[in-house]
Amino acid sequence: MPRDEAELAEMVREAREPLLVQGNGTKVGMLRPVRAAQVLSTAGLSGITLYSPSELVIRARAGTRLAEIETVLAEHGQQLIAEPSHLFGEGQTLGGVVAANLSGPRRISGGAMRDHVLGVRAVNGSGEILNFGGRVLKNVTGLDIGKLLTGSFGTLAVLTEVTMKVLPVAEATGTVVVPVEDAQAAVVVMSAGLGSPYSASGAAYLPGCSQVFLRIEEFAESVVYRCAKLGGQFAGAAVLGTDESKVLWRGLRDCEYLGDCEALWRVSVRPSAGPGVLAAGAAAGLSGFLDWGGGLVWLSGAATREAHESVCAAARAAGGVWWLMRGPEDFRAAVEVIPREAPALAVLRRRLVEKFDPRGIFNPQKMRTA
Amino acid sequence: MKQLDPKPEVMARRAEIVAGLRRMLPARAVIAEAVSLKPYETDALTAYRQVPLAVVLPEDEAQVVEILKFCAAEGVRVIPRGAGTSLSGGALPLADSVVVGMMRMNRILEINYADRYAVVQPGVTNIGITAAVADAGYFYAPDPSSQLACMIGGNVGMNSGGAHCLKYGVTANNLLGLRLVTIDGEVLEIGGTHCDAAGYDWLGLITGSEGQLGILTEVTVRILHAPEGARAMLAGFASNEIAGDCVAAIIASGIIPVALEFMDRPAIHACEDFAHAGYPLDAQALLIIEVEGSEDEQADMLGRLRGICARFAPVSMRVAETAEESAAIWKGRKGAFGAVGRISPDYLCMDGVIPTSRLGEVLRRIGEMSEAYGLRVANIFHAGDGNLHPLIMYDANDPASFAKAEAFGAEILALCVAAGGCLTGEHGVGVEKRELMPVQFSAAEIAQMRAVKDVFDPQWLLNPAKVFPL
Repeated sequence: MPRDEAELAEMVREAREPLLVQGNGTKVGMLRPVRAAQVLSTAGLSGITLYSPSELVIRARAGTRLAEIETVLAEHGQQLIAEPSHLFGEGQTLGGVVAANLSGPRRISGGAMRDHVLGVRAVNGSGEILNFGGRVLKNVTGLDIGKLLTGSFGTLAVLTEVTMKVLPVAEATGTVVVPVEDAQAAVVVMSAGLGSPYSASGAAYLPGCSQVFLRIEEFAESVVYRCAKLGGQFAGAAVLGTDESKVLWRGLRDCEYLGDCEALWRVSVRPSAGPGVLAAGAAAGLSGFLDWGGGLVWLSGAATREAHESVCAAARAAGGVWWLMRGPEDFRAAVEVIPREAPALAVLRRRLVEKFDPRGIFNPQKMRTA
Repeated sequence: MKQLDPKPEVMARRAEIVAGLRRMLPARAVIAEAVSLKPYETDALTAYRQVPLAVVLPEDEAQVVEILKFCAAEGVRVIPRGAGTSLSGGALPLADSVVVGMMRMNRILEINYADRYAVVQPGVTNIGITAAVADAGYFYAPDPSSQLACMIGGNVGMNSGGAHCLKYGVTANNLLGLRLVTIDGEVLEIGGTHCDAAGYDWLGLITGSEGQLGILTEVTVRILHAPEGARAMLAGFASNEIAGDCVAAIIASGIIPVALEFMDRPAIHACEDFAHAGYPLDAQALLIIEVEGSEDEQADMLGRLRGICARFAPVSMRVAETAEESAAIWKGRKGAFGAVGRISPDYLCMDGVIPTSRLGEVLRRIGEMSEAYGLRVANIFHAGDGNLHPLIMYDANDPASFAKAEAFGAEILALCVAAGGCLTGEHGVGVEKRELMPVQFSAAEIAQMRAVKDVFDPQWLLNPAKVFPL
């Protein structure tokens, strides 16, 4: 565990065998297992290095805990826009959340983690310390390597520091709760909410209670007004206030309404295809729910090949993608944890990896077998 | 400006190359006569001009594939072009290059309101997308000032921003998918109609890559429902610094206006002469602030904003009372570059970005440089995100004046980087800022970016002599 970036770069230069790149290792059970001689952890690279609330920017070393960043932001009435899930517990680091591009319910309106990464510092496979992007809110200087590294699960370079755009926490939060018959009806309600002039910042459906939740985050008067306007469109709608809403959306963010299960999948499709994926999961014995207006399907259940194939087939049929978020190690080693790419893209991907990590030492086969 | 030497073997085979293009394309799609090539010699960075070897105007993806396979086989350099509105010379040809103009691929292929996306060809104008969905109450959010002319393909290439990206984000934040033809003629499907990539974020890498990685043939954008309404207000201040402090106070208050624009005195006067928007001529600096929502919400938000502005002893404050007044305010801002063009036919438009807390100090330095160089400058920028557009006025008939303007611009951008910012916020590096890249990046960082270019285009045929220093 290196104590600083220079030491980390030195360890990379001296490495002769594959490294398991991680922060605190909370997502070691996500995607494929990595066979590596040694762990290279960024957990020792900790601390917020810049925070300028009036400029909407925070910078922290990669090993800084997400929870610490969120606490400091909250003290100043601000937050990470993408609302990353705490599904993997409180040990998650900023670097890990960025490397996994892990976004929560607000992704549908506010964008993903990748949309708010302003800059990264990283060490490539040759042990060079590189800095891309910066601390300003707009930047198109050169290729956007920051976006490339976000969501790359430490397979191209080791993130050592990340700069994020942040936004104020809204003065109030409201949730319009709409009872619905089924998932199809739920997506119609969510589409009406997201396709309204009221800027819904969340739209989720829990099949267990047959309810749709539409979130409004605004100034207090606006929340009252917009929730009334939205709720007025749907029979039987009720409105939750700020405190109840925050508990509800935290639970949705962290998949608390799904039971503890062997395997957990996350599927992203166009919203109208969500019910089909949910149904395919149910037919394979999986339970789940919809977020992102129907476009994000969470599914959980037993880790069987049959269930996995059902999830993949449904995602593929809808032109979407999946991530195996959790599962037994041998299971994760045996299945496609994310979709296979088209052959031309696979060629480009292999060449790209060679340019960042010529010796192939960073998290080999974390995402794909070859 | 130094340019790449034309390849003698390509120049010598010009007739054969044109004949080859004519064999694979309809007659109307190939331009090779000197007089017809002339309009393609430059883009919106008119200081640089170079007539290309030929121009092709493909009408479908299959033709793009054929053109790129042919150019790759012949070792011919390729310059992608949309509407030619680049302010950084992104579409500037080389003498031995074939310009691939995408304006004939201008169809809207699909609009899906239930899933809130539109699939369009690259030659659709930015405003054309919004126009196609406006009746249903929707819009496409990024709104560069050139939106009447600029095309979505170019917007993706440059990752264009606009006045409203403080709230809605830039192009990269509003895309779901692309089709990209590589120099080998492979068609890559990137993303789709869903959010986020499983695997590497090719969409994020390609957006803003300035035509270095391939040519786009299709773009899937997110469309948003418009708010109930929007209203702008003007606040004039006694100095640039005070206006800058007011910007910081607005952001710190928790209000993120949909737009927060800044003009200094020379810009105010130029724009007022042009748009008659009621800009305060006695102010040293002007903020245009726009809010969205219902009538009541607008009134509430504008009340809060007036309260904040009032703390900074404004010279004037005025809220647009009608849609027409709001429109006039925006006409002045969006026509700002044209308005400055009425004072000085030639100007360079810079695009640096700074941390907003450095606003006052950076503007003071720009003012000092203006005096030292003896060139006038008007400052117009997106204050909320620190994206500066100093317009440096010069005389194109005087080579010494142009050289001074370029040096002045380079010094401003170096100042932006030194202040913690970057060379370009939304216009791209192009040819204009290519030699300044080492100001912002180390040799290893530039080498890593060049290595990514190598992955897609090992022969460096796509839009060469842009982005990376020669």
